[in-house]
Amino acid sequence: MSLWKDFTTGIIKENPVIVLMIGLCPTLAVSSSANDAFGMGIAATFVLIASNIIVSMVRNHTPDAIRIPIFIVIISTFVTIVDYVIHAFDMELYASLGVFIPLIVVNCIILGRAEAYAYKNNVISSTMDGLGMGLGFILIITLLGAIREIIGNGTVTIFNYQLLNLGAGYQPALMFIMPPGAFLTIAFLMAAQNKWLKK
Amino acid sequence: MSNELTWYMILLSSILINNIVLIRFLALCSFFGVSNEIETSIGMGMAVIFVMTLASASTWILWYALLLPLHLEYLRTAVFILVIAGLVQFVEMYMKKALKSLYNAMGIYLPLITTNCAVLAIALLNIDYGLGFVNSIIYTVGVAVGYTVAIILFAAIKERIALSTTIPASFRGHPIGFITAALMSMAFLGFSHLFGL
Repeated sequence: MSLWKDFTTGIIKENPVIVLMIGLCPTLAVSSSANDAFGMGIAATFVLIASNIIVSMVRNHTPDAIRIPIFIVIISTFVTIVDYVIHAFDMELYASLGVFIPLIVVNCIILGRAEAYAYKNNVISSTMDGLGMGLGFILIITLLGAIREIIGNGTVTIFNYQLLNLGAGYQPALMFIMPPGAFLTIAFLMAAQNKWLKK
Repeated sequence: MSNELTWYMILLSSILINNIVLIRFLALCSFFGVSNEIETSIGMGMAVIFVMTLASASTWILWYALLLPLHLEYLRTAVFILVIAGLVQFVEMYMKKALKSLYNAMGIYLPLITTNCAVLAIALLNIDYGLGFVNSIIYTVGVAVGYTVAIILFAAIKERIALSTTIPASFRGHPIGFITAALMSMAFLGFSHLFGL
């Protein structure tokens, strides 16, 4: 069951954000609400899977010396596609993600997986790896967004569906949807991971 | 942001009010990775100021002289990242050959900067904000100085934290670093609404 293993390592054991500490910038910057965080997670995962597939397909025809520029061109192609798709279908999300959509191209998770995994493995395992890493990323970024939104605003909303509402009696701690809240929340997530998940 | 802003307002706003690391969350990898000693963080800061200014100037010219007249706006992300990567490589080779002492001081940080998302972000923001050439250079220098200020302050605090023995085991290392950054971010939040940007 090595395909299953490819899929699951990214979710917890080698979770890109809280274990490998990569892809921090978008994680912290767009997690002020669960909806933005989820949108970012989906966009990055699409780019990750697509670029993993293409990199793995061309890996036997890629000269070693110029592989990084080739990866970057492949990744930025998909980032441009995502950029235009979000712009066309969800203007609100596009406005709140802002410059972080084109910045998916320098997200270390994507270049890192292309270099460390897709460049050395076949198309199917690379797809599974991209899917697993992407899910790990979506999980953490949405969790972070949800925690910050609950504490800072008393609600959790994803795609206009309100999943949770603490009601008018709740006094929101505005700090958590402002920048310091992102640093604090990820610090506690990492500490929890150190305490309970590390073997 | 409009062109009516005076240069010192752009500088103040980019250094303090919208500090790139603590308020905008860019360049976090190097902020946490290269901040173990004050000296290395000064070197990193200088390298960032240098590369960012060069990158902003060249991408600004490229955008207004080539991509915009030819209606190739959709190539922006791909072209900018390749230009930045190529530029950093070129600067590194030139420095190694011609400016040996400068290379020894900040050469090792240069490859790290290619993957520094702040460089690409500022190149894109200069275009998004519609800044003129001079203003975008001022803005870039301000952002890079803001980065340098933040990373030097952070390194100074981290050097003291390293000596502390009272931190719980699961908070050692990165978690306490993030909590420090949270407190610094709160301090910088105090500058917001300084002149209503």
